[in-house]
Amino acid sequence: MNEDMIAKLKENVIQGRKTQDDEGIDEDLTGPGVVELTQQALDANIPVAVIIKEGLTAGMQVVGEKFSTKEYFIPDMLASAEAVGAAMDIAKPYLEVSGGSTNGKFAIATVKGDIHDIGKNIVAILLKGAGYEVHDLGIDVPTEKIVEFVRTEKPDYLGLSALLTTTMVVMGEVADALKQAGLREQVKVLIGGAAVSIEYAQEIGADAYCADGFEAIKQMEAFQTA
Amino acid sequence: MAREGILIQRPLERITQQQIEIIHQASLEILQDPGLTCFNKEAAELFQSNGAQVTSHPQGDHPAWRVKIPEKMVAKALETAPKTVKLGARNPDNALIMHGDEPRVCFISGSETNIWLDVEFSTYTKKSDPSKEIQAPEFRPRRGTVADLCKSAHVCEHLETLDGYIRTVNIQDPDITAENKDVNKYFASLNNTTKHVMAGLTSLDQLDNVVRMAEIIVGGKKQLKENPIISFITCLVKSPLQFVEDTTNAYMEMCRRGLPVVVSSAPQAGSTAPITEAGIMAQINAEVLAGITLGQLVNPGTPVLYGSVPVRARMDTLSDSYGAVETSQYNIDCVQMARFYKIPNYSTSGVCDPKIPGQQSSIERLFSDILVTLSGPQYLHCAYGLLDCNSVFCLQQAVLDDAHFKMIKFFLQQPRIDDTAISEALKQIRAVSETPQKIFISYIRKVMRSGQLSAPYPFEGDGKADDVFRLAHERMLELLEKPVRHIDQATTAKIFREVPGILPRLNIYQ
Repeated sequence: MNEDMIAKLKENVIQGRKTQDDEGIDEDLTGPGVVELTQQALDANIPVAVIIKEGLTAGMQVVGEKFSTKEYFIPDMLASAEAVGAAMDIAKPYLEVSGGSTNGKFAIATVKGDIHDIGKNIVAILLKGAGYEVHDLGIDVPTEKIVEFVRTEKPDYLGLSALLTTTMVVMGEVADALKQAGLREQVKVLIGGAAVSIEYAQEIGADAYCADGFEAIKQMEAFQTA
Repeated sequence: MAREGILIQRPLERITQQQIEIIHQASLEILQDPGLTCFNKEAAELFQSNGAQVTSHPQGDHPAWRVKIPEKMVAKALETAPKTVKLGARNPDNALIMHGDEPRVCFISGSETNIWLDVEFSTYTKKSDPSKEIQAPEFRPRRGTVADLCKSAHVCEHLETLDGYIRTVNIQDPDITAENKDVNKYFASLNNTTKHVMAGLTSLDQLDNVVRMAEIIVGGKKQLKENPIISFITCLVKSPLQFVEDTTNAYMEMCRRGLPVVVSSAPQAGSTAPITEAGIMAQINAEVLAGITLGQLVNPGTPVLYGSVPVRARMDTLSDSYGAVETSQYNIDCVQMARFYKIPNYSTSGVCDPKIPGQQSSIERLFSDILVTLSGPQYLHCAYGLLDCNSVFCLQQAVLDDAHFKMIKFFLQQPRIDDTAISEALKQIRAVSETPQKIFISYIRKVMRSGQLSAPYPFEGDGKADDVFRLAHERMLELLEKPVRHIDQATTAKIFREVPGILPRLNIYQ
């Protein structure tokens, strides 16, 4: 019975059905979606670690494989990631009780002066779907607010985004401000956005440059296995 | 069933109704004065017996006649010329039905080139970095063969956007002669594609053999009338305003058979026609009208296409410039003139000046392909694979052209904007506005898989090198692996028994 429930959860992750109202890809697949199934599994006392590992993560692994073989496209990947992200919100309190943890705390922001956020939002969805606890600080975020968040919430990772050549310099200011506050060593800084490059990441002393959300996930895995 | 073509809802119009009338009147005036120079005695006598003013007008040693065609004779011919023309096909689903007043476009290969362009890829190593290799195409032009024609028809059968087949390459094998060229050309084409086959004739003596071949395939004379799987092109008029003896003869015989015929005129603005748009249009329209009139005098009701292949001369060489912008202008004007007469139009686009595929060929082809398609000709030819002003055929280029036409066809789909679509969109916008990420992900996937989104360019490379041509080459090889629906064994045997001259090596059942 429990195995059936986890198998259904995994299948719905693969289909990217966040809720029972979503159509997914296979029209024959109806009934509860990832959100409802996660709640049902928790209510049935299935361990949260099993739900995450054998349902959500295993489903996302299949999605990743389908994406790499070009059977899936980015909207498919994002739909699955969004569904897993919503499931993680439900699972989080249970995770804390059971003493488990996410893959890490990730803060993300579009820097001061820039209001572009499509790329940042996609990265946030993908990382949440990959099991990270994502804190989206929003757009046009002042440097002081970012530094304060790092000081108080102690995220493991900080993602900074900028689209414009006029605002990319603020990323360097954030890195400097973290250094001056003595916080730079406690957080890995990743940058991304159309204006920036690997060279710029090196120039401002960031830990990584990510061209897109998929590279961000790979980079996070690299940090964790390092 | 028949191929539907692409209906242009609001066709691009370059000239106004008043300008159409002006061209029409000017053409009628040309047909009356100076009239045409006719080198064919039978045609001259036919014109005369039907009321044209015909006088002896020898050209040097050649007997010729000045034919002045009255307006009412043209008007009568325009009445009897069918307004709907069917071009049949071995596979009835590939038939084309063209209504002269409906701007519905079918895309056809053509025309006939002397040169086949072979392509080979070589691998080169970078001198400064031996670990880096690139593949580059090498082009080798050579004379076309029957085997090339078979290959071309085979690939064209599988090109998704291509609706009909005009033989692409002139067969010049050592065992091909003037006497057997036509039967081999038609058989090679018909045996490798189930789409409509159109070609010109090399020898009028072969007309009956070619017709007989088609009758055997469809099951008889009556069946061929109902499903004309073949048709003919004649460049009847030599510009300016001359009926050449042999092609006129061939044209009249084709009309007697009652199979569809293209009355084609190909004046060159700046050499064989005036350089102004008004001038070349008045002349080409007069030339086509004269051809239609002759055809209807020979056999009223003969299905004819208004064939327009106008082109501008290059000023540095006086050769054809198919890539010139004016060439597209003339073609669009001709589409409008044909529609004015409600006679289906055989139009021209996609031809270009360079000798090999590349940026210039793509720019010139796509420019005219888009514009001429938008004007709504019923039968748009020359679009696939032709280079170097129609003297070279390249199969890889034909594959590239197919991709371009997919884009054009997609663009011409009708917009889906109605109350239902708007209501659904508003629902999505309201729902997404309430989410933190504000992305329409959940609503994309169904549309993405429904065919409502255009596909990415199929020959896009994944590196920094331009891989377009290499990928098109691979696609061509894939298409050649696809099956061919050949003519069946019994029919092939009957054709070989009754139609002389077909090369034994073309019989795949041997």
